[in-house]
Amino acid sequence: MKTKSNLERVLESKIFAVTSELGPPQSADAEVIRRKAKILKGHVDACNVTDGQTAVARMSSWAACVIAKEEGLDPIVQMTCRDRNRIALQMDVLGIAALGMNNMLCLTGDHQKFGNHPSAKGVYDIDSIQLVKMVKDMRDEKKFQCGEVMTVEPHLFIGAAANPFADPFEFRAARLGKKAAAGADFIQTQIVYNVDKFAEWMKAVRDKGLHEKVKILPAVAPIKSVGAARYMKTRVPGMDVPDGIVARLQGVPKEQVPQEGTKLCIDIINQLREIEGVAGIHITAIEWEEIVPEIVEAAGLLPRPKLST
Amino acid sequence: MLISEQKPLEEILSYLDGEKSIFVVGCKGCAEGWGSGGEKQVAEMRSTLQEKGKAITGSVVVDMLCDAALTRLKLKSYRKEIAAANSVLVLTDGVGVQTVAEVVDKVVHPGCNTLSSGGAHAEWKESERCLECGDCMLEFTGGLCPIARCSKHLLNGPCGGSQGGKCEVDPSIPCVWQQIVDHLAKIGQLGKLEGLVAPKNWSVSLISGPPVKRFS
Repeated sequence: MKTKSNLERVLESKIFAVTSELGPPQSADAEVIRRKAKILKGHVDACNVTDGQTAVARMSSWAACVIAKEEGLDPIVQMTCRDRNRIALQMDVLGIAALGMNNMLCLTGDHQKFGNHPSAKGVYDIDSIQLVKMVKDMRDEKKFQCGEVMTVEPHLFIGAAANPFADPFEFRAARLGKKAAAGADFIQTQIVYNVDKFAEWMKAVRDKGLHEKVKILPAVAPIKSVGAARYMKTRVPGMDVPDGIVARLQGVPKEQVPQEGTKLCIDIINQLREIEGVAGIHITAIEWEEIVPEIVEAAGLLPRPKLST
Repeated sequence: MLISEQKPLEEILSYLDGEKSIFVVGCKGCAEGWGSGGEKQVAEMRSTLQEKGKAITGSVVVDMLCDAALTRLKLKSYRKEIAAANSVLVLTDGVGVQTVAEVVDKVVHPGCNTLSSGGAHAEWKESERCLECGDCMLEFTGGLCPIARCSKHLLNGPCGGSQGGKCEVDPSIPCVWQQIVDHLAKIGQLGKLEGLVAPKNWSVSLISGPPVKRFS
């Protein structure tokens, strides 16, 4: 064990892991975090807390993580390169470790153009892969990016993202290889609706032996409405929503769409579990956290191993 | 060649708020070429400002506003008109505005935004290919520059937003990382992308380094 991460312990025990996601509020309201954390507690092994997702200014991930941890979750701090240069990133890495956080997901970040401050200056001093390497060197070599040595290193279980559905498809497994080589311990993917394409990517991943080097958790998300499905299909960059998904939701009366969307999500989890090299599942239901316990239970993923951090 | 376009009129008028008389300067070089501050645009700006109640004390279109000696000489013959004005409005790129500010002791307003140097450092026009970052990365990226052409300056791209050869930020922007992958695949060198590119030295770049380095 490299860290005290509950997620690492579960994955190392070869138990199919469950993570979920919690979105901080656009306010200083700690109760929002506490309420969402109480819903997820006992149903997940670790929980991502987003860092200004879609480039909207919100409570910072690390601060919301401290609150989530008080509520009994093992939080995954998300950290983007969009808003911080290498100095700020390393300061936050040391800070979150000192606050008792065990996991960190390294991201480049959604471009500022998509958020509520589109005129902001993007930082992008380093990219997500360089961030993974930097955190790994801090943890395993006790070294700052500049090469200077520290006395007490941050023990963080290092995550990164992957999008099997983006172009150029042929290069996607190789890029995952770069993240593994940089030092990622686990990978959470873009939301999977196109299971066939995901399986094709996983084959390329296995051919390179990457599933042995890094734990892969595909993401799933229940869809609440036909409109949401169409929006994701056409408007969200890097998403692949096959026509069959939209058709399935259209095939039921409007008031039953949330249930059908939930069923669909559970079906996808069951299909993903069968794919060799899939180590767990990441259930993301931003602003619909209440549905996560139901999905975890219906997918037969309860009880979760007792939390230890 | 510096590519510029006029700022929105409301923005220009906000700069001129409280001022009664204006002297207008244009340039026969790049600004004439890009239609942002040549003879025609200076004449149009004169009448627009007059319609908005401003007095125009005079105007001039200098051959090359980036030439400080020439600009100084030319503006000398408009000494009185400039002295009579509250301020000088300059319709050209950021270099020309700075030249005028250097040679006249008046408030100088920029009337244009500078969009690009249009390959000013070479003869490959139309779009920016080099950001003069001082630490060339082209060795690692197949000879195509992600610092100039990737929205997130990724050195280990492409990001998850590349789709159909386009950048997620704007479908009119080609994804340079798709182009990098295509190019290296074509010449059988895709393996070049497998190595990790280390964080870049930004200290020598124009926007992060000490500016004095560039102005001796």
